[in-house]
Amino acid sequence: MTEDAVDNNRRHFLTLATGAVGVAGIGLAAVPFLSSLKPSARAQALGAPVEVPLSTIEPGQMARVLWRGKLIFVLRRDEAMLARLADGIHQLRDPDSGVVEQQPEYAANDTRSVRPEYLVVEGSCTHLGCAPLEDFEVRPSEDWHGGFFCPCHGSKFDLAGRVHKGVPAPLNLRVPPYRFVRDDLILIGQDTGAA
Amino acid sequence: MARAKAEVGRPTGGLLRWIDDRFPLTKTLKYHVTEYYASKNFNIWYVFGVLSFVVLVIQIVTGIFLTMNYKPSAAEAFASVEYIMRDVEWGWLIRYMHSTGASFFFIVVYLHMFRAMLYGSYKKPRELVWVIGMLIFFVLMAEAFAGYLLPWGQMSYWGAQVIISLFGAIPVVGDGLVEFIKGDYSISDITLNRFFALHVIALPLLLIALVFVHIVALHEVGSSNPDGIEIKDHKGPDGVPLDGVAFHPYHTSKDLLYIVIFLMIFSAVVFFAPEMGGFFLEHANFEPANVRATPEHIAPVWYFTPYYAILRAVPDKLGGAMLMAVAVLLPLFLPWLDKARVRSIRYRGWMYKSALSLFVVSFIVLGWLGLQPSEGIYVLLARIFTLIYFLFFVLMPWYTSIDKTKPVPDRVVYNA
Repeated sequence: MTEDAVDNNRRHFLTLATGAVGVAGIGLAAVPFLSSLKPSARAQALGAPVEVPLSTIEPGQMARVLWRGKLIFVLRRDEAMLARLADGIHQLRDPDSGVVEQQPEYAANDTRSVRPEYLVVEGSCTHLGCAPLEDFEVRPSEDWHGGFFCPCHGSKFDLAGRVHKGVPAPLNLRVPPYRFVRDDLILIGQDTGAA
Repeated sequence: MARAKAEVGRPTGGLLRWIDDRFPLTKTLKYHVTEYYASKNFNIWYVFGVLSFVVLVIQIVTGIFLTMNYKPSAAEAFASVEYIMRDVEWGWLIRYMHSTGASFFFIVVYLHMFRAMLYGSYKKPRELVWVIGMLIFFVLMAEAFAGYLLPWGQMSYWGAQVIISLFGAIPVVGDGLVEFIKGDYSISDITLNRFFALHVIALPLLLIALVFVHIVALHEVGSSNPDGIEIKDHKGPDGVPLDGVAFHPYHTSKDLLYIVIFLMIFSAVVFFAPEMGGFFLEHANFEPANVRATPEHIAPVWYFTPYYAILRAVPDKLGGAMLMAVAVLLPLFLPWLDKARVRSIRYRGWMYKSALSLFVVSFIVLGWLGLQPSEGIYVLLARIFTLIYFLFFVLMPWYTSIDKTKPVPDRVVYNA
């Protein structure tokens, strides 16, 4: 081969190698930029657990609190409400909390709660994130046993945040991690330590 | 002699000559303006491209001035918009021009797209012009969506909540993606700040770049016309298409008249009906964002309602989100779905004419349904018209290939 001849194989290899190194470099350089879009240290710190005193919530009433900027419902269910949980079970898509991501293990029970009396769920419809409205009235004519109704797209949930069949929301309302600190105080966002 | 020949048509001296020796100024102006030939039988449908450009300029100029007083923080955003409306001199005018401009952008762009469907402007060799145009439309939707969060009103907040939640429908990565978009566990100050960045710099830059490419592609293949024929097929001895007239001064002077009429209508809305009865500025947005309560009735701004109706027509989260995405993407494939030999509606048969009419009706009815509550008869209607919307595209290869077409003229005609 003379000095002037073009070695196409060599040229092809060099082009590919240069391209590959370039793409790898851009990929690595993209990491800091993309990572900067994740929740920052401050956002994570502000997402710390919140304490909710239970003494001010009357039976049958619900408190709305914010944790990580998300709306959390704390519903104190009275005896009648708890008794009604079984009535509408035929309407529910996932009555046994089968979808594991929607609640911590300790809330995967009939009442979807640590203690039957207190329901703690995210007030965010699993369809498109609207805040469901409370509708605790019982209307036997409509087969409605009390629960939550989403004004955006008509999804319905029962008093344990379990989703009805035939509505746009696919999943039960999510139960955040929480634990009882005392009988009248819960900590939302943290469930390690004493439960 | 060779030198003299090369200099024909170039300024012989002065500043222009100096520039032309260093930058193709005269050449570019000729190529894109004074010697760009477009058909002489353009009708009113051909004005919406220019009007889109006018609205783009309005949005950029008013946007820059709004940025000077707006504060992209959750604590201050709502109040800073009120401040612009009440305390900044002429602030109300600049803001109403911007908010009205958003709606008018979609009006002229929808009409501009409809023009392409009427006259087959997307057909070969203009496929890329159409595809780039569709990309502009997608960026415009993102731009409008990001902008709508900025006033930090109730509808800003909950509208964003609904749209961002759509990404949560994607299996496996959905939840992580939603958190990544928000930059927080919920829509917060951080989300607002990054939507501001997208709205005022990232997306507008992309938009302007795409508009530039759209026009470069158009000027390469030449504008279509209401007859859907190639004016370049019949050129005079000077190489100029016989049916073409120069963009400037002929088309520009005609466009100027339309621009004046457009600005009269635009001003009437800005001055007398900037809210447009809740269509351009939704009433719920006059309340600051409240994380604890979704408005009773939540609906997107009118230009998104046809797609929103399609989303709600499906009683399944992932299915609805996917169907909506497909509905937005489908027009992109028009150049390859349309098998007709003629371009213009003038020479098409009854099948395409009926299909296009049904499509227009379905788009308008879906737009209306998107504003209604999602219950009873409205859901049924949404499903019927969603079906029509999709059938228009899905059946297109079939009905455009068997549709009877009329013979196409050699040269453009004025009254067909």
